Amino acid sequence: MKLVEHFATGLDAPICLTWELTYACNLACSHCLSSSGKRDPRELSTEECKAVIDELQRMQVFYVNIGGGEPTVRSDFWELVDYATAHQVGVKFSTNGVRIDAEAARRLAASDYVDVQISLDGATAEVNDAVRGAGSFDMALAALQHLADAGFRDAKISVVCTRHNLGQLDAFKALADRFGATLRLTRLRPSGRGADVWDDLHPLPHQQRELYDWLVAHGDGVLTGDSFFHLSAYGSALPGLNLCGAGRVVCLIDPLGDVYACPFAIADEFLAGNVRSEGGFAEVWRGSALFADLRKPQTGGACSSCQHYDSCQGGCMAAKFFTGLPLDGPDPECVQGYGETALAAAGRVVPQPSVDHSHSPAAARAMRAGRGPVALTLLTRRPDSRPDSRPDRACEENPLAGLHV
Amino acid sequence: MTPRPQASLGTLTLHPQVSVRPEPFGALLYHFGTRRLSFLKDRRLLDVVRRLDGSVSLDEALADIPPGEVASFRTALATLTRTGMLISPTTSLADSHDTVGAPA
Repeated sequence: MKLVEHFATGLDAPICLTWELTYACNLACSHCLSSSGKRDPRELSTEECKAVIDELQRMQVFYVNIGGGEPTVRSDFWELVDYATAHQVGVKFSTNGVRIDAEAARRLAASDYVDVQISLDGATAEVNDAVRGAGSFDMALAALQHLADAGFRDAKISVVCTRHNLGQLDAFKALADRFGATLRLTRLRPSGRGADVWDDLHPLPHQQRELYDWLVAHGDGVLTGDSFFHLSAYGSALPGLNLCGAGRVVCLIDPLGDVYACPFAIADEFLAGNVRSEGGFAEVWRGSALFADLRKPQTGGACSSCQHYDSCQGGCMAAKFFTGLPLDGPDPECVQGYGETALAAAGRVVPQPSVDHSHSPAAARAMRAGRGPVALTLLTRRPDSRPDSRPDRACEENPLAGLHV
Repeated sequence: MTPRPQASLGTLTLHPQVSVRPEPFGALLYHFGTRRLSFLKDRRLLDVVRRLDGSVSLDEALADIPPGEVASFRTALATLTRTGMLISPTTSLADSHDTVGAPA
């Protein structure tokens, strides 16, 4: 049996997992995949977080990708980072830079076990701030400067690719080089508030091709989190593991301790359990019916007869789910054009978000209500609310992406 | 990183920053310094790696491996050494610290 087939049936524990520490955020990015903004009063306490870390240590989860919300606004953020690294759980965290001042940068530079990703969605303030909010470009660059000044090596600049910033790839690379950082490009998902802006932001077909060519040309120096495997249908596969990691080798713990199959799938349909329940995270990972289902062999469904299925495997589960497409059909951004056809088909129902922590959920709802397909969801329940057929390849923060296997 | 060439794989031991996690197919090795992940695709290789404590010789560690398979096990150990997962007990940690690994 090939290694990848062992992975497909699930590991005894995740290799890594994403842990959103808080839904609180100082920004209100229009495409936030976790609809973050306000702190949820039910979020895990410091002691509960430490108990989770203890459990991850026992399970030998090698590292956590910490995000949010903006994780650094938790008053116990550094305490938890220190606790994790002292307990053999490495930390990579994503931040908009708000708390990365000179002192924090020095602290980070002194640690061997913490990696930092600064989010930036434009290589210029104009493009970035249109999505992430006024002042966010300058804030991110100030953080990068503090890290560079402190001697922190190899920070990551994490970019969600949109139709407005894909023309800036070379500028992003130059920016990363300027700070001694590594560029990390990831895919825009229609998750959270991303569902509201996906139609306006997702890359145009010709841009997908340009991105693919750029990634092929710059493959070694740029990280992608294995985000763009759906582009593999253009030709040769991009580096990465050809496997959906959701519930098999990765998962998400949200601020309330809810465990979801993947960070892009914060929806009731992908909720496996909660770390506060008896047996904790280990029991959710090992015993969840949803995860057991995800670890079964998958079929290609409508895509299985496509000659490109072997390379793209039908694309991303979350992207399909949040655009109201069947999980065993084409990805909405299928490079062969089948996604556009599917999106245009009648009867598509976009699922209503289960979770919304936006600063102004009313405004977010109004925005959604302004869109035809989404307004219908106020009245319509997605008929197959329990996904019964899933792609066998995923997405996301593939734990193996960028690692030297 | 270019680990210093080893004249012979006399004795080896796990790098102190490497964590070993058994899995049904073998084991996962994670190096916290380099962020490098490796896979042992054979439970017997895991047994060999666990035996390597810096004092037993490679021949002793490989004693239970059928002669026809010893060469492939030695190749696997050489790979783990080249990637910094295994080190010679005499190697200073500063020399063995891999600075190339790029996390995802």
